[in-house]
Order: sequence, then structure tokens, then C-alpha cells
Amino acid sequence: MSQNVEEQVLDFVRGRFPQERFDADQDIFQLGFVNSLFALELVMFIEKTFAITIRGEELQIDNFRTATAMAALVARHQQAPAASGA
Amino acid sequence: MGVGVAQNLAQTGHDVVLVDLSEQILADALATIRQNCRMSRFMGGPALDADEVLSRISTGVGADALAKADIVIENVPEDWETKRAVYLELDKACAPETVFVVNTSAIPITKVAAVTGRPAQIIGVHFMNPVPSKPAVELIPGFHTSAETIERTRALLTAMGKKAIDVKDACGFISNRVSHVFMNEAAALVYEGVGTAEAVDEVFRSCFGHPMGPLETADLIGVDTVLHSLDVIHEHYQDPKYRPCPLLRQMTDAGLHGRKSGRGFYDYTNSNRATVA
Repeated sequence: MSQNVEEQVLDFVRGRFPQERFDADQDIFQLGFVNSLFALELVMFIEKTFAITIRGEELQIDNFRTATAMAALVARHQQAPAASGA
Repeated sequence: MGVGVAQNLAQTGHDVVLVDLSEQILADALATIRQNCRMSRFMGGPALDADEVLSRISTGVGADALAKADIVIENVPEDWETKRAVYLELDKACAPETVFVVNTSAIPITKVAAVTGRPAQIIGVHFMNPVPSKPAVELIPGFHTSAETIERTRALLTAMGKKAIDVKDACGFISNRVSHVFMNEAAALVYEGVGTAEAVDEVFRSCFGHPMGPLETADLIGVDTVLHSLDVIHEHYQDPKYRPCPLLRQMTDAGLHGRKSGRGFYDYTNSNRATVA
């Protein structure tokens, strides 16, 4: 499941920046061209694709730096879904 | 943009009456504000309690809901007949001392003032998107705007956390006179095949240090909205330097309006952003 999540996240990022190469442990925020708008898109993509609502305390850039981190975030929410969505 | 203005006001402690055409639009607006509050800290803004922010916002359909407002910030589309009709309605519904703030990027403030019976209390403020996180606005007095109106508006903007940059009343003000020429010429470069949308944007990001290129910006604003603003500026000045690039008109006709429609200069569908134009 986690591998699948990583691949879907990487596909999303590669789709947005087709000229760049990414791997699962690459910090996409250190590449210099990822802005806050794209960070927001990542949140929306993950919530919609994996049918989760990310808890407020988990909405931190560190959880979105790499595909591995995002897969772990998704796994945590799928194990313990948010109660209120807030 | 009214959603952003309402949120900005509420999160800085102001009581707000949010008015729109239907209850459904208002419900969607409140849901957007709740989501924006949830994301605020993640996006580099302050931590916001959505319930607290929303507790300061009441809603209403029609101008009568604004009868007790001290200041009305109007955010209807940049279409003169729409604005004109709204100001006729507001002038009847609101108290004589109420100030009307025209949120516009192009329409002359003096022209708006002329349709009301309170030209001294009409002033322009050009807010930028997303409103809560942008630190500055253009402040545009009209020909008849009083010093008191300017100071009341400036005080409100300061309380909202905004720096007001003084600009004279001229169609397009400073921001759109420059930014729309950028976006128009960027579209022309793509139209003529000088470079792809990605190449044009890359020059602005990598060479000029802009956070976004002009065509990404056009997609964010809305290609149709950019075209409309160019049409307004072109019509006003009758200067060919503002003539919209045919590609913008073709994209608008084709429904390629940018992020909001899923496609513009880039494709936002299926999680991809391939270059379209």
C-alpha cells in the first residue's frame, strides 16, 4: 500500500514538473521551485486521492517533503482516521 | 475575492456581513473560509481558529443586509453594468455616512462615484489574491473622495494588516497596467512560437527571481479574467499596447480559463500539468 502511495505521489509531482527527476526520498522543497501554492495542491491531492482529512497537527511541511514522508502520513491517517476533519 | 476580504476582516477582529446572490453561494463561501483557516499555518500564515473567525461573519442575500454597515467593501465582477447596478442598490440600502470601498483592478473610482449620491465617500482599494496573506493594497481616491474617507479606509486597512500604497485614479492603476502587459506579451510569445509557456515562465522564475511566471499567474487569475481586464484597459486608453493577444481570446472561447477550468496554459487535470498552449 505504502509503495503504491509513494508511486502515486511521485506521479503527481512528476506530472507537475516533467522536466525534473524525482525519487521517493528527495526533498522537493529544497529544489527551489516548489511554492506555497504547490504545497497546498499536494495537500488537496493527498486528501482527495486517499480519501483522508489530514489532522491539523500533521499539516506541517516536514510531512510533505518527500514521497516517503507523504506515504507515511497517509498510512497514519488510514490507521487512525481524523475524527472531526479539523 | 470577497471571501478572502471577509476572512481577512474577521481574523483581524472585525464583525463582517458577507452578502452574495444566494444562500448556496454563501454556504460555499463559509466552507471555503473554514478550509482556508485550517490551511493558514501550513501556508505560512497565522494559526487560525476557524470557529472563532466564522463567529464574526454573518451572511445575507441582497443589499439590505448591509443597512448598518460602517464600511462596505464591494467585490462584484469587473463589469461596469454589474458594478453600476450594485452601487445604485447600495446607495439606497446603506446609511448616508457609510463609506463604499470599490475593490477593483481597473474600473475608475470617479466613474463609480458618479452613480451614487455620496461621491465623497467612494474610494478604491485593489486587494491582491490571496487577500489574507498579501501585505499591501493599492489605495485609490476618486476625484471627489474626502480626506475623512481616505483616513477611515486607511485605518481599516492598517487594522487588517495591510500597507496602503497611494495610487491616482487611472484605469488599471499601477498593478494591472504593468502586470497585464507582462501576461499579454508572454501569451504573444507563445502565440508566435518564440517559446513554450514553460520556457517563458522559467525565464521569469529563474532569471528574474519571480516566484511565478506570467502564464502561471494568468492561469491562477483566470485567462478569461485577464482578457477581460485587458479589454477594459484597452477600451479606456484606446492604446494598441494593451490590445489583447489573439491567443487569450481563443483560449477564453475554448474554455481554457486556467486552474479554475482545469486547463489554461497548463493542464491541471488528472494531476498533471502538461503545457497546453
